[in-house]
Amino acid sequence: MTEQRKFDTKVQVLKYKVLREVARLAWNDQLLERVHDIPKTIVSGKEPTMRCCVYKERAILAERVKLAMGGDRDNPNMIEVIDIACDECPVGGYRVTEACRGCLAHRCEGACKKGAIYFDKAHTAHIDKAKCVECGACAKVCPYGAISSQKRPCVMACKVRAISMNDEKAASIDREKCIECGACVYQCPFGAIMDKSFILNAIDLLKKSENGEKYKVYAVIAPSISSQFTYAKLGSVVSGIKALGFHTVVEAALGADMVAYEEAAELAEKGFLTSSCCPAFVAYIQKQFPDLAAHVSSHLSPAATIARYIKRDDPGAKVIFIGPCTAKKAEARKPEVRPYLDEVLTFEELQALFDSRDIEISELPEDVLENASYYGRIFARSGGLTDAVAEALRERGLDSFKLRAVPCDGIEACRTALLKASKGVLDANFIEGMACVGGCIGGAGCLTHGDKNKADVDRYGKEAMEKKIEDSLSMLHR
Amino acid sequence: MRIVICIGSACHLKGSRQVVEQLRELIEEHNLEDRVELAGIFCMGKCQEGVCVSIDDRVYSVTPETVQEFFEKEVLAKV
Repeated sequence: MTEQRKFDTKVQVLKYKVLREVARLAWNDQLLERVHDIPKTIVSGKEPTMRCCVYKERAILAERVKLAMGGDRDNPNMIEVIDIACDECPVGGYRVTEACRGCLAHRCEGACKKGAIYFDKAHTAHIDKAKCVECGACAKVCPYGAISSQKRPCVMACKVRAISMNDEKAASIDREKCIECGACVYQCPFGAIMDKSFILNAIDLLKKSENGEKYKVYAVIAPSISSQFTYAKLGSVVSGIKALGFHTVVEAALGADMVAYEEAAELAEKGFLTSSCCPAFVAYIQKQFPDLAAHVSSHLSPAATIARYIKRDDPGAKVIFIGPCTAKKAEARKPEVRPYLDEVLTFEELQALFDSRDIEISELPEDVLENASYYGRIFARSGGLTDAVAEALRERGLDSFKLRAVPCDGIEACRTALLKASKGVLDANFIEGMACVGGCIGGAGCLTHGDKNKADVDRYGKEAMEKKIEDSLSMLHR
Repeated sequence: MRIVICIGSACHLKGSRQVVEQLRELIEEHNLEDRVELAGIFCMGKCQEGVCVSIDDRVYSVTPETVQEFFEKEVLAKV
């Protein structure tokens, strides 16, 4: 298995290599003295393969190393821009297209306050990119619509409009708007936006547990894992996680069963509710629709719920969530979640951890993973949560409550539903909000994203031994 | 008395749900709710011997078929 085939893009491969090297040194207690060698380990030759020269490549890699080690402590956002990696972004905003007729009016010139418009001998307009500030005034006044904006991939990816350009023309994230979903991280073709990584915390927790002698470290894994690590069997992934030093692996989907069951009762009681599973969706409501915040389900997310359960019977336990989500890293730091989730890793980071220990999961025997019901497992894809809440209403005998749900697939669909709800014109009593398109399987921390992911999740759901939510919950004491 | 039942994946596959449910019923039947506490834990590290049930750090291997016997011998007789 080549590194490239494990990921969608080479940007991910690069990030993975950095994470892997940081992790490798950390396991061996060599990080302090050898951290500065990492860029040269990754870009070893003299010929540049990504940027203008190897020195720039290494400078950017040094920034990636910082992010792999937790990033800027003064910036609480889980998503950071690597300014020097963004600088050269060749996709550049407003430009004059072939539709320019070379007219006499020159409204574009008049509208431009920066003096960025100039003309060639054929009277065709041009934009001096050194002066242009991408305000769009010229485009608005052109009678031919000949000036159009080619947006940056990060801006296009950010549907909550948190990304703009700073004075140096590097991408800049507005913390007031950012929901830490990571869409920009996955979409930036230059890898100039990265999520902070806390692999060092995870390694530290694992090392100090002394293989479970001091305390046990539990891995809570998201059901979207069923669409990941496709080059190995899921059971082998479980073996790999244990080989890293985790005591055991528990499905977050069991927490999803618990949440769906409780949320159904809350919904029937209150009459209107939004889900609370997706941390980016919850952040979006809090930032953009504060009036609706009171309607967010009062329950913790599935990951936090199962982590709390684990710690109730094993108070010394440490719980690390492994999933597709960058926003989860922020959720784990909320005061109401912090006691339960000790750290969060993405699937990308898990791959890096495996390889930092030379654990080849495809060669490992298959362990078992069997905690949750069908319904808990399908939370990983859009619409699954709604199906689970409908089932929980049935199982609780709350059939008299008529569920009218809107499963919102992606943050734009969430915005539409929330706008309607805020105006009192939403014809529904339950909003399932998933910030990523497709649901969690579309998360920015996934190794790969593909058309078959939804089918993978559904198959994994059907393989569950417990078919009903009450069956999986029956095993738990309350 | 605190009875801890392993509800990890391997024991779940071997019937820990049935073991929990039966123990819960037996405790109720004998009105022991105040004296016997049930708890669950994900994996006791003895997956081959599942379903693992522990009382005071001693681990027993129980199956849905042997719960009754286990309850009488290890719980009812000692509580």
